[in-house]
Amino acid sequence: MPDTSPLLTAIFGRLTLESIPIHEPILIVTFIVVALGGLGLVYTLYRYKLWGFLWREWFTTVDHKKIGIMYMVLGIVMLLRGFADAVMMRLQQAMAFNGSEGYLNAHHYDQIFTAHGVIMIFFVAMPLVTGLMNFVIPLQIGARDVSFPFLNNFSFWMTAAGAVIIMISLFIGEFAQTGWLAYPPLSGIQYSPGVGVDYYIWGLQVAGVGTTLSGINLLVTIVKMRAPGMTMMKMPVFTWTSLCTNVLIVATFPVLTAVLVLLSLDRYVGTNFFTNDFGGNPMMYVNLIWIWGHPEVYILILPAFGIFSEVVSTFSGKRLFGYTSMVYATVVITILSYLVWLHHFFTMGSGASVNSFFGITTMIISIPTGAKIFNWLFTMYRGRIRFELPMMWTVAFMLTFVIGGMTGVMLAIPPADFVLHNSLFLVAHFHNVIIGGVLFGLFAGINYWFPKAFGFKLDDFWGKLSFWFWVIGFWVAFAPLYVLGFMGVTRRLRVFEDPSLQIWFQIAAFGAFLVACGIACFLVQIAVSIWRRDSLRDLSGDPWNGRTLEWATSSPPPDYNFAFTPVIHDNDAFADMKKRGHKRPLEGFRAIHMPSNTATGIYIAGLSVALAFGLIWYMWWLAALSFVGILAVSIAHTFNYHRDFHIPADTVAATEATRTKLLTAGH
Amino acid sequence: MSPLFRRLISFAILPVLLLLGGCNFVVMSPSGDIAAQQRDLIIISVVLMLIIIIPVMILTVVFAMRYRASNTDAPYDPDWDHSTQLELVIWAIPLLIIICLGAVTWMGTHLLDPYRPLDRLDANRPVTADMQPLEVQVVALDWKWLFIYPEYGVASVNEMAAPVDRPIQFRITSSSVMNSFYVPALAGMIYAMPGMETKLHAVINSPGDYDGFSANYSGHGFSGMRFRFHGLEQAGFDEWVAKVKADGGDLQRQDYLELERPSENVPVQYFADVDPLLFDAVRNYCVEPGKMCMSEMAMIDAEGGAGLAGLSNLLPLTYDKTARRGSIFGAEPSFVANICTIEEALAAGQADPSKPVSIVDRTPVRGMSLPRPGTRPVNPSLSQTFGSLRPSNS
Repeated sequence: MPDTSPLLTAIFGRLTLESIPIHEPILIVTFIVVALGGLGLVYTLYRYKLWGFLWREWFTTVDHKKIGIMYMVLGIVMLLRGFADAVMMRLQQAMAFNGSEGYLNAHHYDQIFTAHGVIMIFFVAMPLVTGLMNFVIPLQIGARDVSFPFLNNFSFWMTAAGAVIIMISLFIGEFAQTGWLAYPPLSGIQYSPGVGVDYYIWGLQVAGVGTTLSGINLLVTIVKMRAPGMTMMKMPVFTWTSLCTNVLIVATFPVLTAVLVLLSLDRYVGTNFFTNDFGGNPMMYVNLIWIWGHPEVYILILPAFGIFSEVVSTFSGKRLFGYTSMVYATVVITILSYLVWLHHFFTMGSGASVNSFFGITTMIISIPTGAKIFNWLFTMYRGRIRFELPMMWTVAFMLTFVIGGMTGVMLAIPPADFVLHNSLFLVAHFHNVIIGGVLFGLFAGINYWFPKAFGFKLDDFWGKLSFWFWVIGFWVAFAPLYVLGFMGVTRRLRVFEDPSLQIWFQIAAFGAFLVACGIACFLVQIAVSIWRRDSLRDLSGDPWNGRTLEWATSSPPPDYNFAFTPVIHDNDAFADMKKRGHKRPLEGFRAIHMPSNTATGIYIAGLSVALAFGLIWYMWWLAALSFVGILAVSIAHTFNYHRDFHIPADTVAATEATRTKLLTAGH
Repeated sequence: MSPLFRRLISFAILPVLLLLGGCNFVVMSPSGDIAAQQRDLIIISVVLMLIIIIPVMILTVVFAMRYRASNTDAPYDPDWDHSTQLELVIWAIPLLIIICLGAVTWMGTHLLDPYRPLDRLDANRPVTADMQPLEVQVVALDWKWLFIYPEYGVASVNEMAAPVDRPIQFRITSSSVMNSFYVPALAGMIYAMPGMETKLHAVINSPGDYDGFSANYSGHGFSGMRFRFHGLEQAGFDEWVAKVKADGGDLQRQDYLELERPSENVPVQYFADVDPLLFDAVRNYCVEPGKMCMSEMAMIDAEGGAGLAGLSNLLPLTYDKTARRGSIFGAEPSFVANICTIEEALAAGQADPSKPVSIVDRTPVRGMSLPRPGTRPVNPSLSQTFGSLRPSNS
């Protein structure tokens, strides 16, 4: 340790020049690429004078549609980072045989698999799921916005701030080397004295504020803001699954926050909640984190189930089979998801009765899930299935997910888990359900609702290419991991002894390459679609012959979503309106009351990043200043009296008249 | 599906099958009876689930093909969205399968509980009363494994041996962070946790040289945390013990504190003279001289704690794994000084053999906050009061 003067320590805390990882060539190259890309982006925005536009129209917006889109962008950007980590792991494991150490040292490799898990769950899957819910739910229930539009903007920026904190760890200091759930005592101050775990804690705490608030917001929106006539049992299934997801968020994220607070108390003030000595108990952490962690899995998968329900019904041109049992299945899954957390650590030695209780509750979840699969199946039965991209993702999901479900039930049998726990079989299983379930669902959802958000469809050719690369790439990447699990190969290994295993890791690495092509094709798909937007344009607002309310309005929807709040008579509200020959109202428009944009959310989120940075590096002045700043901005926001405005009736009438013109031109 | 496509698939599958043939599926073909029974459970559950998975996958493909939009011959029924019989079937079939699987799980979990002493060596040979299990004490260190054989007074690092067809009783703990003790050929894994003891019962049925490792990530040296597990005939095992005795050095508490320091990819080491209380001291976090054992601390706390006096016997901690560390706002790292020796503390934590064993009353508590019957003498005055209310025929 070089001696540092007290002054420098007071200013920079434990941040020194050595904290900048200039000895890691991989990070240097990454930094250069990111910096050049960032500079290029900044220059482009400056050159075309887009800063003001972005600030006014997007960053400070309280419009749920724009916030939803920003969530999606965040998720896709972070997907690139998380996937880069995945590729590096696959390469390392494919290389590190026959005495080779691979190309990553333990310090770097251990950060990568930790970051991969954290980023994929918190900053890819969560933003993408939240983004879709944000965009779709108010449209689906016939609302003008969410219940708390400012809170929505604030939630997004807190999530983004969490992502920023995690990204800073790439270039300043280090990230946690503990695995994505940071089990103590390894994550305690004794065994992880560096800043890595602190980055982990504060990144998740800041993002957790956003997730919890967004959960409350969407929950209240669904409960309070449904259009007249839309009783609970007339809500679209996606709204139902989102409702359950947000119940789960509101009930479980506080547990995560609390357990991370306890861990930070251990790390900062020397308490002994999870230490080895002085009566601390790390098993308590493992229990608490999974009491959050297991429902988290359902937080991700339930909206995906909702997307598949919408897609199957729309593209089969048929009412969803077994709507009621679908709803009950969702609710049952929601409740049961609280009763299974211990299956993540059967090997802790809880005793046979406890283990079999949690094993059997886990298996019981497969009953409603199985019912859902059958419901989708019988929705296809006697339908007219159009194999557009969303439907292709759905069929791929049905074929992939059942395998993941089967391996999940295998792992739910405690004695079988004793031989498969923490193995690559487990890794293959949860990727099978998270990629095969959540991600396929998100791609179905993106392809399905993109025309609603932007007014043109996504390109079919590149979409199909992306689809095939993803589906085949997924199986090539993860089938070998199932096989390796049966050979007793455990996860998170950096080097291997047995040379006969190498070929499987090489196949898996090739699979990761195919997935990389899938991601590239997806990005090209978006670029090509923007390029060819005129030929992909949809003027009707209803490109798929949709069945739910969001397709009733224009694409993209006007700021106010619906000029008149629709009245609902059926759970396929728009299909019902079309069948009954519903006519768009053409006159009698009134001024519409709307919330105003505000920059408070982005200010508080920015200050939160500073606060977290100060706490991570022990720069107490920075932490104190930014905390005071957060309070000041919050109080100042209460004096903001420009909170709402009215869209004049004339403007509404003009907007609707344009739509009428487009609709007639389209036919 | 076109014939060309089908041929492509068979070409693709062929090399995969060849690859699979050359592999060692240790989880599916283990050499220990416990692992074999765990493997059987995997197979039973897969077969049970395939009963439903295969039809679902076939139906998905069939429906997707048959009801594609271009096939206008297929019936189209856009408003058909409910059928009570069908719904009963689709909830009942998974339910039935889960009932079967749940029963299998309940039995299997209890029979294969790692804490349960073995009752059979394999399907045909029960464990007899004269078979004394081999006790092996396992300590997960950073980043190596220590195996102590109390029966023989020897210990080894990163290598262990066990005689074939003799039950083994593992007592497992860890020195610093969580690990998982796993020999796939022998039996399923169990966590090794600091300050705690987990147990595992297993038996190896055929001689061989097997892989063992940590199955829970434990830090930078995790990948190298592997050991050999030798399944040996009795004669070979005796030879192995003799070799350890002949080649081994001392493993007293001071030696352990040296050994405990983090090191990676450690070669095999033998110890001939092992402190018999070492494992208990490790588990109780009191190998360091002068440190209070957790069992002692827990006992003091159970008696109500030492009060303020408990604060006076804190001493500064000089060593914790790699360095002396504390949290930024916390008190200086410290440890609690012992009041008695390890031997006394451990003896205090165990039941006193001279006293009669107290029988815990397991009858359920009757009524809210009433004392358990038998734990306290019934208030005589109260019983008199109630006794006088009792109807009597005198």
